[in-house]
Amino acid sequence: MKLLYSFILVFFSGSVFASTGSWPLDRMEPNLSDKPSLQRGARTFVNYCFGCHATAFQRYERVADDLDIPHELMQANLMPSGGKIGDLMKNGMLADEAKAWFGTAPPDLTLVARVRGTDWLYTYLRTFYLDPKRPWGVNNKVFPDVAMPHVLLELQGAQIDTCGPHAEQGQRDKLTGESLCGLQPDPSIEGTMTPEEYDQTIYDLVNFLAYSADPVKLERQRIGFYVLLFLSVFFVLTYLLKKEYWKAVH
Amino acid sequence: MGSKLLAWFDDRFPLTSTWEAHLTKYYAPKNFNFWYFFGSLALFVLVNQILTGIWLTMNYVPSAEGAFASVEYIMRDVEYGWLLRYLHSTGASAFFIVVYMHMFRALLYGSYQKPRELIWIFGMAIYLALMAEGFMGYLLPWGQMSYWGAQVIISLFGAIPVIGADLQQWIRGDYLISGITLNRFFALHVIALPVVILGLVVMHLVALHEVGSNNPDGVDIKKYKDKDGKPLDGIGFHPYYTVKDIVGVVVFLFVFCGVVFFFPEMNGFFLEHANFEQANNLKTPEHIAPVWYFGAFYSILRAVPDKLMGVIAMGGAIAILFVLPWLDRSPVKSWRYKGIYSRAMLVLFALNFILLTWLGTKPATETYTLIARLCTVVYFSFFFFMPFYSAKEKTRPVPERVTG
Repeated sequence: MKLLYSFILVFFSGSVFASTGSWPLDRMEPNLSDKPSLQRGARTFVNYCFGCHATAFQRYERVADDLDIPHELMQANLMPSGGKIGDLMKNGMLADEAKAWFGTAPPDLTLVARVRGTDWLYTYLRTFYLDPKRPWGVNNKVFPDVAMPHVLLELQGAQIDTCGPHAEQGQRDKLTGESLCGLQPDPSIEGTMTPEEYDQTIYDLVNFLAYSADPVKLERQRIGFYVLLFLSVFFVLTYLLKKEYWKAVH
Repeated sequence: MGSKLLAWFDDRFPLTSTWEAHLTKYYAPKNFNFWYFFGSLALFVLVNQILTGIWLTMNYVPSAEGAFASVEYIMRDVEYGWLLRYLHSTGASAFFIVVYMHMFRALLYGSYQKPRELIWIFGMAIYLALMAEGFMGYLLPWGQMSYWGAQVIISLFGAIPVIGADLQQWIRGDYLISGITLNRFFALHVIALPVVILGLVVMHLVALHEVGSNNPDGVDIKKYKDKDGKPLDGIGFHPYYTVKDIVGVVVFLFVFCGVVFFFPEMNGFFLEHANFEQANNLKTPEHIAPVWYFGAFYSILRAVPDKLMGVIAMGGAIAILFVLPWLDRSPVKSWRYKGIYSRAMLVLFALNFILLTWLGTKPATETYTLIARLCTVVYFSFFFFMPFYSAKEKTRPVPERVTG
């Protein structure tokens, strides 16, 4: 029985992803039925990420239809001019140019939520801090020495790392559970958003990425419910049929 | 009309006689239990893999440039393509689960013993072909784990002295895994191996129907027959076991569809997270793990410090299963009547196999490697000592007829 429990724990507990840094990840539960959140996330994505990162495996039309965005609005606000609604969401950046600019080509983000996990993304996008040693002047706690600049700096404002030389990253006081070292806002560059607003923006963005990685999830679960319901009823019928036939055996 | 048509057919084709020989008058022991569902389930999953595979092939592009994108095309743009894909990917794991249960059943009740040695050998050949099928199929989505997993497995051939390096290149068809490798794996996965597997399944069943099914008591039901020559403890496979196996299929489908519709990734065990990133030959993933169903043999490979010896140990771990019928010297078949050593060793072997499988999906840390080494010793001990403990131990009396 214990074996069964550990089996269930291993297979059905929250997603377990390999992560590079030792920074503790903040939990983030995507809500794919929250259409306004997904719409806001799509807007943030197109405005801030899409310049460098494509989501080249999905189509504008599918996103518009799934997120209840009218095609005209999608075309006017979330698509490059001249694009067709049925196009894949590619961007104009050329891979070798990107490599020259950033040192590495920005990855496609269609499936990033399934590669990294939503907790990772949610934490990653909130843990950029000032680091003059890095080419873009910022570093990241979850993805140390990342090649990406802090694109959302104007929203979040700058953060500095308060960790002393002796405290390990993410270490907490054993008694109070308080963070011994961590990220603090740096008043030199203020953001246009409050920390709460910024967290919400990132939540919406990651929510959108979770949708984009697995757009059929809600539909799949809806159908799955009826499939299991049918099988339950069908089980009773087949079981009674078996019992009827086997009367002759017993 | 119907009977006339049937007679017309029977004059030209052994329709009725085949139907009777393999279904209505194929007498199976009446005491089959839970473990006997997995043979028909394996057949059911095979049909699922073939059907979903055919439809996936209609939209899949077997090229290094197009493979990954075509899988996402199937997942997003093809009507119910996601369902076909998840049925196929979950089916691959389900296939191994039911086959492992089916093999464990054979171990429990001595179904490999005389006169069923050939059934076991055909079954092992199916298992081997299935491993090749699973391995080649896993390259096709062209994700990071597809690529690097294949890289690791193919590099094993490089451990063979003298011809190793050339052999590796011959398998890949290139200096590294490339679109050429993908194309040939595709051909083998969708044509060559399925044909081999289907042929072997037919031989497996023909051999089974020649000698008749074993049962949980391991007694021969043909010893006691009625005046018509029907075994007293036998019942026609159809309708009795067809109606029973349908119940099994429905229960299986409930669990299977639960995974397909709600946990298709199975937390990275059925679809690995890293495989949602396109293959990149310049970027090695932090931790390369084979899919779970190769875990046990991968653990044995890693447990041996020397690469060539590791490959030999892994090959030996699979090969030794083929000779199992000649290692078991017990006068009884079923574990119900075997002695304490056989019973204990079988339980230990099963738990040990699960542990090895789990270890195979984990990074090889010092502790894990140590455990894997112990498990490897246990794995081989089961076989090496079997001729002794199975022959020497005290067995219990076997009943004349089936119980229950």
